[in-house]
Amino acid sequence: MTQLERRQWDVVVVGAGGAGLRAAVEARERGARTAVICKSLFGKAHTVMAEGGIAASLGNVNAGDSWRVHFRDTLRGGKFLNQWRMAELHAREAPDRVWELETWGALFDRTPDGRISQRNFGGHEYPRLAHVGDRTGLELIRTLQQKIVSLQQEDFREYGDYEARLKVYQECTVTRILKDTGGETDGGSTAVTGTGGTDGGRVAGAFCYERESGRFFVLEAPAVVLATGGIGKSFKVTSNSWEYTGDGHALALLAGAPLLNMEFVQFHPTGMVWPPSVKGILVTESVRGDGGVLRNSEGKRFMFDYIPDVFKEKYAESAEEGDRWYEDPDRNRRPPELLPRDEVARAINSEVKAGRGSPHGGVYLDVSSRMPAEVIRRRLPSMYHQFKELADVDITAEAMEVGPTCHYVMGGIAVDSDTAAASGVLGLYAAGEVAGGMHGSNRLGGNSLSDLLVFGRRAGLHAAEYALGFGADARARPAPDEAPIDAAAAEALRPFGGVAESGAVAGGAVIDGAVAVGAVENPYTLHQELQQTMNDLVGIIRREGEMEQALEKLAELRTRAERAVVEGHRQFNPGWHLALDLRNMLLVSECVARAALERTESRGGHTREDWPAMDRDWRRINLYCRLTGATGPAEGRIALTRRTTEPLRPDLLALFDKEELVKYLAEEELHE
Amino acid sequence: MATGTQPPPARTGVRGASRAAIAPRHLRTDRWWLAPAATAAGLLAFIVYSTWRAFANSDYYAAPYVSPFYSPCLAENCAPMRDGPNWEILGSWWGLSPALLILIFPLGFRLTCYYYRKAYYRGFWASPPACAVAEPHTAYTGETRFPLILQNIHRYFFYAAVPVAGILTYDTVLSFRDEEYAWGHMGLGSLIFLVNIGLIWAYTLSCHSCRHVIGGRLRHFSRHPVRYRLWGWVGRLNNRHMQLAWASLISVAVSDFYVYLLATGAFDDPRFF
Amino acid sequence: MSASTGTNASTGTGAGASTAYEAKFRVWRGDADGGELTDFTVEVNDGEVVLDIIHRLQATQAADLAVRWNCKAGKCGSCSAEINGRPRLMCMTRMSVFSREETITVTPLRAFPVIRDLVTDVSFNYTKAREVPSFVPPPGVAAGEYRMQQIDVDRSQEFRKCIECFLCQDTCHVVRDHEENKSSFAGPRFLMRVAELDMHPLDAAEESGLDRKKTAQDEHGLGYCNITKCCTEVCPEHIKITDNALIPLKERAVDRKYDPLVWLGNKIRRRGE
Repeated sequence: MTQLERRQWDVVVVGAGGAGLRAAVEARERGARTAVICKSLFGKAHTVMAEGGIAASLGNVNAGDSWRVHFRDTLRGGKFLNQWRMAELHAREAPDRVWELETWGALFDRTPDGRISQRNFGGHEYPRLAHVGDRTGLELIRTLQQKIVSLQQEDFREYGDYEARLKVYQECTVTRILKDTGGETDGGSTAVTGTGGTDGGRVAGAFCYERESGRFFVLEAPAVVLATGGIGKSFKVTSNSWEYTGDGHALALLAGAPLLNMEFVQFHPTGMVWPPSVKGILVTESVRGDGGVLRNSEGKRFMFDYIPDVFKEKYAESAEEGDRWYEDPDRNRRPPELLPRDEVARAINSEVKAGRGSPHGGVYLDVSSRMPAEVIRRRLPSMYHQFKELADVDITAEAMEVGPTCHYVMGGIAVDSDTAAASGVLGLYAAGEVAGGMHGSNRLGGNSLSDLLVFGRRAGLHAAEYALGFGADARARPAPDEAPIDAAAAEALRPFGGVAESGAVAGGAVIDGAVAVGAVENPYTLHQELQQTMNDLVGIIRREGEMEQALEKLAELRTRAERAVVEGHRQFNPGWHLALDLRNMLLVSECVARAALERTESRGGHTREDWPAMDRDWRRINLYCRLTGATGPAEGRIALTRRTTEPLRPDLLALFDKEELVKYLAEEELHE
Repeated sequence: MATGTQPPPARTGVRGASRAAIAPRHLRTDRWWLAPAATAAGLLAFIVYSTWRAFANSDYYAAPYVSPFYSPCLAENCAPMRDGPNWEILGSWWGLSPALLILIFPLGFRLTCYYYRKAYYRGFWASPPACAVAEPHTAYTGETRFPLILQNIHRYFFYAAVPVAGILTYDTVLSFRDEEYAWGHMGLGSLIFLVNIGLIWAYTLSCHSCRHVIGGRLRHFSRHPVRYRLWGWVGRLNNRHMQLAWASLISVAVSDFYVYLLATGAFDDPRFF
Repeated sequence: MSASTGTNASTGTGAGASTAYEAKFRVWRGDADGGELTDFTVEVNDGEVVLDIIHRLQATQAADLAVRWNCKAGKCGSCSAEINGRPRLMCMTRMSVFSREETITVTPLRAFPVIRDLVTDVSFNYTKAREVPSFVPPPGVAAGEYRMQQIDVDRSQEFRKCIECFLCQDTCHVVRDHEENKSSFAGPRFLMRVAELDMHPLDAAEESGLDRKKTAQDEHGLGYCNITKCCTEVCPEHIKITDNALIPLKERAVDRKYDPLVWLGNKIRRRGE
C-alpha cells in the first residue's frame, strides 16, 4: 500500500565510521552490491575524533611485541570479561589491518628506518599505537573514504556509474530494521517501541529517511551490518558527537537481537572541563603516553596513590622510576598515569571529591614542564590548537584542566566472535563500538580503531557471503513485510502531532490518533533531562538507590517523549531528528541503568559505591538485555537475563601467570 | 543592509538562483578594503616613480654608484662608469633610455611572481577584492588562457633574475670606492646598496620557483639530503616572500633615488671612511 | 540530584554565569525558494562559541533551525558557515572575538546551493573528490613492506590534516563568483589532494601511465587558480594550501608543459596535424 522508493542491495551498512566503511569495502570487494547509510556527511563520522592511534603489535618500536602480548593486555584491561575469542582475533589480525591501510594511501608517522612509528598508551605493555600525530582517526576515516572512492572509480570504468556497486546514502537515518516474517502488526499505534520480533524472521532491509528532505525510503537487502557507534549522547558530559544516540543498539533490540553487558560505559579520564561549552571534549591519552603527568591542586602526582593491587607489579612506585621509563622501558616500570582508563578516571574523581581539584572541577594535566614547546606542538598539534583556540590555554606553557568524560560503551550487540553476526536475527551483523564483548569491562586506548578494522572487515565479509548465498534470484531473498513499513512511517511522523504537512504525501502514511493526552513536550528539553539523569544517577560512580531513581525518571521521560512535538516541516528539521533519536536513547539508557543495577560488583567501566570490590564470581556472568514487549507507558521496556561465559581456551590461559589469574578467575575456573 | 526575500533574477555567483538569497555582495564587517587599497596604492606609487626614472635617461650615475635601474648598461648611449657594468652589446642603434633594456628582466620577474600576482589581482583587478567579497567580473578564466597563461614562465624570469642580482652585487662591490675610484672606502650609498642587494637576493632566492627547483620538485627528500636542507632554508625565506617583495621593491627605489640625489647634486654622499 | 561524580562536582564552580549577556544575532533562514536574515536576541555565556549560540536558538527560539554539526571541536569540518561575511567553522569561532554590541550575522556558505537555513548542498565537493584518481600502490611491494622516511611523508601529511570543511572551496572566487566554472575546476581542496598524491613517496601513478601534474592542469583546472590565497586564509587547520600545494603543483606542471621550447614544439606539431 505504501508508495515508497525502494532500492535493492546485497548488503546495507548502517554507519560510515571506521567499522562501517571497512565493512563496506570488504563486502564490495567480495562482490556484494553494497550501500552505506549514514546520518552525517560522508567522512564526518565520529571516528575522526580518535586521536591517539591504532593498537597493533607490529613490533616496529619494540620487537618484543606480539599478538599474544597484545591479547594479554586487552584481557587485563577488560578485567577478563572480554569475549576472549574476539580479543584473540583482534590481536592477531590488527597488524594486517594497519598495513593494509598503507596500501590504500594512509601516511602514518615513521620510525627512523621507515616503518610505521608506534607510541605508548595506557595499559599497553609496549609502544603499540600506530599514529599520525594526534589525528589518527582522521587519517583512518579519510583513508577508508578514499578507498571507497577508488572502488567507485573502478566501477565507473567498468559500468559507467560510480554507484553501480557501492553507494553512500549520506545524511540519511535508519529507524527500523525490516524483516520478512512476523514483526510489528500494531500498524502505527502509539507504541514507540515495537514488540520486538523474537519471531525468528530474517533481515530483509531497513526503513530510512533522508534528513535533507524528510523523505522516507526502504533499502531492501538480506544482510544489514550495524556500525553506528556508541551511546554517549545520553550523557551530559561526553566526548561523543550528536550522532552517538545508540541507534544501532536500539535497532538491534527492536529487531529482536539482545545487547550484552551494557553497564560498562567508559569514562575517559581526561576531557576538557572549561569553558562550559566544550566540557567533555577529549584530551587525548597521548598527552600522558608522551610524558604528561597528572597533578592535584596541591601539586602532587596523585596517581601513585591509586595503583590497584592487580597492577601493583607493573607500575612504577616513584616519580623517578616513572620518568626513567620513558627513556629505558626495559629496566623501569611505567608511570601510573598510564594505568587503564577506568582506574585513572576514578582516581581523578576521588581527588576532586576530596577537595583537591582545580578551579573548574578537574585536575591538572601538565605537559609543559615535561617537553620543550616545539616538541609539544609537533607531537600534539591538535591538542595545542584545541586548547589555544577554545580555552585560551597555551599547553606549552601551562597545565590543562581535565576531568572524566563519557567516552565509549563497552557493551553492545551480542555477536558471534568470528562472523560478527548478531545473535538471534539472521542477516544482522554488528561491528565497532555498537558490538559488545570485545573489550570486556573496559577498553584500552587504541584498541577501538583496531577493533573497527578487524571486525568491520569480518562483518563485511560474512554479511557478503551470507547475502551472496541467495544467488541472483530475487525471489529467494527475504522480502520485507509491508505492515511494519507502514508502522515505521507512522512512528516517524508522530512528532508532527498527526499533522504531517507536505510530508504526509511523500510518506504516504495514515496516522491514526493525534497526540497523546498531556502537555506538548519539547524534544530538546527531554534530551537535556535525559542527559542530566544519566550523568548524575548512572555516571562514573553508581549507587543502588540512584539507579532506581534513574529508572523511574526514564519511565517518566518515556511517557513524556510520546508527547514530543516539533514545529516546522520535514525538510532538514533537527528538532524532528532529535525527537526520533530520543526513542533510541531512552531504550539504551534503560539497558545501561538496569544492567548497572543488576551487577553488584565493581569492574572496569562499572563502579558501584555500594559494591566496591571486584567479584570473581561475576566474571563469568554476561548480562543480556532484551525487549520485554511491553507497550504501556510506565512499564519497563527491557528485561535482563544472565548467561555464563565460555571458559578461556587453555592455550590462551597459559599466557598468564597463575598468580595473576587467581585475582580474576573463580576457584573452580582455575581447576578446570 | 537590505535583504529581500526575492533573490534578484538572473544573477550569477553568490547571487545566483540556487544560492542563499542574500542581496549584498558580501557581509563582511571588517575593513576588508584596506589591504587591497594599500597594495594598489603602493604598487601604483612604484610604477609612477619607476616609469619616470626609467624614461628619464639621466642622473643615474654618481661615481662610484650606479642606479640599479640602469645596471647593467647594454647600449652605447650609457654614461661611462669606470669598471662598471658598461657592456655595449647593443651598440649604437638603441636611442631610448638604456634602463628599458634591462628593466624587462626584474620587471618580468616581479610581474609573474606568485606574490605580486596575488597583490595585483586583488588590488587592481579585484579578482577577488578580498576573501568572500564578490568580484565585479561576469566571467573568469584565470590563468588558463593567453595572456595570463604566460604567468607560467615565471621560472625563466627567475633564471634571468639571478644574473641581474649578480650584477647588482658587483655594483655593490664597486660602491666600496670613493669618487676617485680608490678602493677601501665606504659611504652612506654603500650601506644603502648593501641593504638593497641583501634584500634583492633574499627576495630572489625566496621565490617559489627557486624553492621548487632547489628541492620542491623531488619526490624523495631522503635521497637528496643536501638539496633537502637547501629546500628547508629557501622555505623559511619563502614564508617571508611577501615582506621581502615589498622591502626589496622599496630598497631598489631608495637606491635609485639616492643615486639621483647625488647625481643632481642635491647633496654629497656622507663618507664613513 | 546528587553531586556524586567528578564531572558533576565541577558545575557551579565555573566562572560562567556572572558574565552572561544578551547578544544580537542575525541568522539567515530560508531555503532554495528564498529567505532572509532573521533577528534574534540570545543569551551568551563565558567561553562560548557561535555554534553554542545557534544551539541555544534551536532549543529555545527556533527548534527547526537547520544546521550541520558534529564534533564541536574543529575536527570534523561539518559546521562551516559564514560569520559576519567570513567563512568559518562555527564551533571554532569564540564569542569573545566579537564585541558585545556587535550584531553577529550568520549565513550559510554562499558558494553552494542552499538547502535550508544554514545547510547547503555540498555535493559539488564529493563529485570532485571522485574525479581525482586514487593512490596507486607500488606494484610488487606487499602490505607491511612499505618503507617511507618521515621527511618524505611530511609534505603529504600536512595536506592530510584537511578536515574537509570545504571553507576553501566556499571562499574560492573561481567557483564562488562563477557558477559556470564548477564543471572545470576542482577547487583548492581537491587540487591539494592531487598535490598530496603527487608528493606521496610511494605513489606509482606515473609508472602506471598517469601524469598527475598534467591532469591537474588539463582536468582539474589548476590554471583557474590565480593564487589569491583566500583558501589559505580561511583554512581552520592552517594548512598552507597555496604555498605548499597549489604553487608547487603549478611549478610541477611548468616542469612538464611550460618549458618554452617544449611548448613551442608542441604548438608547431599540433598546427601541423
